[in-house]
Amino acid sequence: MIRFLLKGLIRDRHRSLFPVMVVTVGVTVAILMQTFMHGVMDDMVRSNAKLDTGHLKVTTLGYREIARQMPNDLSISGIDRFLRGLETDYPRLEWTTRIKFGGILDIPDEAGETRSQGPAIGLAIDLLSEKTREIKRLQLAEALVRGRLPADAGEVLISDEFAHRLGAEIGETATLITSTAQGGMAVHNFVIAGTVRFGMAALDRNTVIADITDMQYVLDMEGSASEVLGFFPNLVYDDRQAEEIVREFNDRHSGGGEDDFLPVMQTLRMQNNLGEYLDLAAFRVAIILVTFFAVMSIVLWNAGLMAGIRRYGEIGVRLAIGESKHQVYWRLLAESFLVGLTGSAIGTALGLAVSYYMQEVGIDISGMLQGSSILMGNIMRAHITPASYYLGFIPGLAATFFGSAVSGIGIFRRQTAQLFKELEA
Amino acid sequence: MGNQADRSAGEAAPAKNGALITTSGLVKQFPTGGYLFTALNGINLLIDRGEFTGLVGPSGSGKTTLLNIIGALDYPSSGSAVVLGSDTKHLNHKQSARLRNHHIGFIFQTYNLLPVYTVYENVEFPLLLLGMEADRRRRAVTQALEWVGLTDRAQQRPAQLSGGESQRVAVARAMVKKPEIVLADEPTANLDAENSHNILRMMVELNTELETTFIFATHDEKVIRYLRRRITLRDGRVVEDREMEPDYTT
Ligand SMILES: Nc1ncnc2c1ncn2[C@@H]1O[C@H](COP(=O)(O)OP(=O)(O)O)[C@@H](O)[C@H]1O
Ligand SMILES: [Mg+2]
Repeated sequence: MIRFLLKGLIRDRHRSLFPVMVVTVGVTVAILMQTFMHGVMDDMVRSNAKLDTGHLKVTTLGYREIARQMPNDLSISGIDRFLRGLETDYPRLEWTTRIKFGGILDIPDEAGETRSQGPAIGLAIDLLSEKTREIKRLQLAEALVRGRLPADAGEVLISDEFAHRLGAEIGETATLITSTAQGGMAVHNFVIAGTVRFGMAALDRNTVIADITDMQYVLDMEGSASEVLGFFPNLVYDDRQAEEIVREFNDRHSGGGEDDFLPVMQTLRMQNNLGEYLDLAAFRVAIILVTFFAVMSIVLWNAGLMAGIRRYGEIGVRLAIGESKHQVYWRLLAESFLVGLTGSAIGTALGLAVSYYMQEVGIDISGMLQGSSILMGNIMRAHITPASYYLGFIPGLAATFFGSAVSGIGIFRRQTAQLFKELEA
Repeated sequence: MGNQADRSAGEAAPAKNGALITTSGLVKQFPTGGYLFTALNGINLLIDRGEFTGLVGPSGSGKTTLLNIIGALDYPSSGSAVVLGSDTKHLNHKQSARLRNHHIGFIFQTYNLLPVYTVYENVEFPLLLLGMEADRRRRAVTQALEWVGLTDRAQQRPAQLSGGESQRVAVARAMVKKPEIVLADEPTANLDAENSHNILRMMVELNTELETTFIFATHDEKVIRYLRRRITLRDGRVVEDREMEPDYTT
């Protein structure tokens, strides 16, 4: 009997091929949507973490309030001891100090006159110490376009695009004009060791990357740094644990105090409105997916309805031959279960395959990011998560199943004899 | 045409032991736009084993409705239809399906073969529903296809068959389980004279050989000539019920 029904199902394309295709397409699209959204969000989180927020960030209370202005007068002093404290208290995380600064980069000619200049965004990191992990973390070697990584004090990296705009060559001098933490003017000559491109529009315009020791000197910030960033192993963010550490740290150090110089810790989500952004994005994905599956259910339900109506004739005959309504109904459900299963399986496989490809290769979206300040890679990548394996599959199966469960009820509602009338028409 | 004893309608037929089908005071009404339309109005009939009987009458006289009630596809509004000892009114879905499955074969005007299945599979289907084991099933299907002379068409699909061949498959499908009763609703309406006679001759043979009871709903003269009993319906009533001398000549 089962073989008999399977034969019928496979031979009748309206019953098998078409609905399977609908389910397949639906499930594939759903998975692609999910993996891409995830990929984008993940990429954003990763980029933000590496370049700006860390997984955890310690600043002073005062600095946090106006962090956008890079108020280096509100930095953490006694930074070496402070850093060692963090390393002792939270050995699982990697801790590193950074300073952000703004200024003007000036390329002088032989006479020392300005040949070209432009506003620069500066990032001071540990470039030169032996134990530094910043080079690896920021993938500076991969980002290098021309020249080499700084090997000595006084050497900087600048954005490749910036270098082109300024007409600056490797090995040339670049003068940074900025202000010290105390507000005085600071001028310092650096040597351009190399140029970099991160594939992130916001960062590739006018960035200067300098060694933190150099900048502590230039900015008159010896022994202090404005930001301490903490990273979980393998750069995998764990929000729950991050929250826990923040609570514990803040209770101990700043709990309730209002002194501008009290150290305060934030998680990644607490910074740059990332939390809200990510929640909103997740919410949008959820809405899109729910809507999508609602639409797909309706399509499938209608397809089931059509097939059902088309099949009232067949069903009438089957009833006349002696199949009971319950048997017919259950067999219809079994069929739709098979259809849903097949479509969902193929759709999941297809969705995951394309997602996997997109995870490895990605799509170049740099055109869309021109002029944007979002820290986001120019290559949009998918990211497969455990949810990707069932997020399309289960609704695909359920939508098919319930679609025909609902449309099949018509078998019971109609009088048996009525099913014949429809078959004779 | 014969005109034997008039087993006239109107009076309640006496409950007779061994009757295959008994209807008494059978009324069927359909709700149509606010009022009840009476399609069958007090049908009293006894049908015995081995009969070759026709419900005859103009279109709309209630033939199909009566056939459907006998086949437990529909239920009387009042009165009763007792088929093989079961009052169809008291059968649930499952029991009526069982009754059809084991004891009744249907033949329709439009053949109603399942288009995705081969001739063989169409004939096999009722046996699958009966849960018959493969070996017996194969023998039964082969025999049924021999009855209707379609052995060489076994692997074809209904779409490849002519109308006459399709109806022969339908006969094979109705007969394959050797049911007590075959209900045939206008089986020749879509067939030419030659095919009609072939089908009818085949049915007469099966009727004699297997003692299967055939009940037709028809207004086709070609069918009426083969009947041994003619029950005439008009406006939902039996207006004449007589035995006949069948005329098998073509
Ligand atoms: N389901 C139904 N609903 C309403 N009227 C019906 C229904 N079935 C049959 N009828 C009516 O009952 C009458 C008898 O129908 P039917 O038994 O099909 O006649 P016949 O088969 O003799 O042509 C017709 O007038 C038909 O319109
Ligand atoms: Mg009719």
